[in-house]
Amino acid sequence: MLEHYLSLFVKAVFVENILLAFFLGMCSFLAVSKKVETAVGLGLAVTFVLTITAPTNWFIHEYILKEGALAWAGEQFGSVDLSFLNFITFIATIAAMVQLVEMVIDKYSPKLYAALGIFLPLIAVNCAILGASLFMVEREYTLGESVVFGFGSGIGWFLAIVAMASIRTKIRYSNVPSGLKGLGITMLITGLMSMAFMLFSGIQL
Amino acid sequence: MANDVQTAEIKKPREKMFSKKNLRVLREPLSDNNPITFQVLGICSALATTVQVNTALVMTLAVTFVLTLSNVFISLLRNKIPSKIRIIVELAVIATLVILVDQILKAYLFDISKQLSVFVGLIITNCIIMGRAEAFALQNKPWPSFLDGLGNAMGYGWILLVIATGREILGSGSFFGFQIIPQALYQAGYENMGLMVLSPGAFILLGLLVWVQRTITKTVHE
Repeated sequence: MLEHYLSLFVKAVFVENILLAFFLGMCSFLAVSKKVETAVGLGLAVTFVLTITAPTNWFIHEYILKEGALAWAGEQFGSVDLSFLNFITFIATIAAMVQLVEMVIDKYSPKLYAALGIFLPLIAVNCAILGASLFMVEREYTLGESVVFGFGSGIGWFLAIVAMASIRTKIRYSNVPSGLKGLGITMLITGLMSMAFMLFSGIQL
Repeated sequence: MANDVQTAEIKKPREKMFSKKNLRVLREPLSDNNPITFQVLGICSALATTVQVNTALVMTLAVTFVLTLSNVFISLLRNKIPSKIRIIVELAVIATLVILVDQILKAYLFDISKQLSVFVGLIITNCIIMGRAEAFALQNKPWPSFLDGLGNAMGYGWILLVIATGREILGSGSFFGFQIIPQALYQAGYENMGLMVLSPGAFILLGLLVWVQRTITKTVHE
């Protein structure tokens, strides 16, 4: 059992990195990877929110939206299929969770809030968060798996953005052709990084 | 006083439907202010759905539908939405439109909808749509907003189709699913570039495309 979770975790971090293999969360990845400190902040915030929203959305999907999920409410609801409401419910849950997390952090850890605060509202529209919830539904994960998958995806995203930020601080001193500066060179580096992460693909745990 | 302002507004000559300003709104996103290569928005789906041309085409149509309609609806509601909860309202409008698209795709194009998998749902968090709603539709009338949505969707679409064409031809030797690289070439030792089908190919092609486009338009960034 533990091995299964470990394998899922490694897969989510390296082999099927949510950013480098599925392109999720590119917008904030490109916008916030200019400095290492901010990249670390956003990476931590994304990991945190992913770990919370994946299981929350799992509960909502499993007990409210899935076909036949409402059976606990009475026999007449047994055949109700609300899964077409997945998108709107998930995005609402994510926005609400982000707001909640923001308020809790603000109350109990002003230091953490100062570090993560400005990134939290950005996260509601980060596709990595919604993407992880949708993948979780598509791949039919259990509760435990969805926690591990959410956490693993977050760590994978964190690794990618921190690595990118470190490369971009170095690249400032290189002589990049003017048309390639900014987005162009960043995409090429991301391509190389994604190739490097693909080398993990043979790993079996 | 208030009455004066109102009559002054009514007396202003009505803007023509295709005035120069409106045409510029439609044309600018195609090159100088392209949502992908210039505003750097909506990259996720531009990369994820471009293994084949037909998925890229369906994605473009879906985004066009959502983007133009969300711009129109948000522009219609722009004086009613309290600014504090505008993000939630925008998300609700967009999510409703995306659910419509998803149901239509599932009903009529089931295979493609399976291939696009989660990326139809992720149109909700496609930054272009939120970005245009925030930056344009909230301040402008419905008709210019419609044109702005259409222009940005087309600017997004042509990049998608170019990348998809490159990836499909180099990666699987076909275009729209039809084999276009002749069998003789394979017998002579030509091989498809497996890299183009995988994610690094998408990153590298987009990087090169941005380079070419920025060299032509001479926009310098950063």
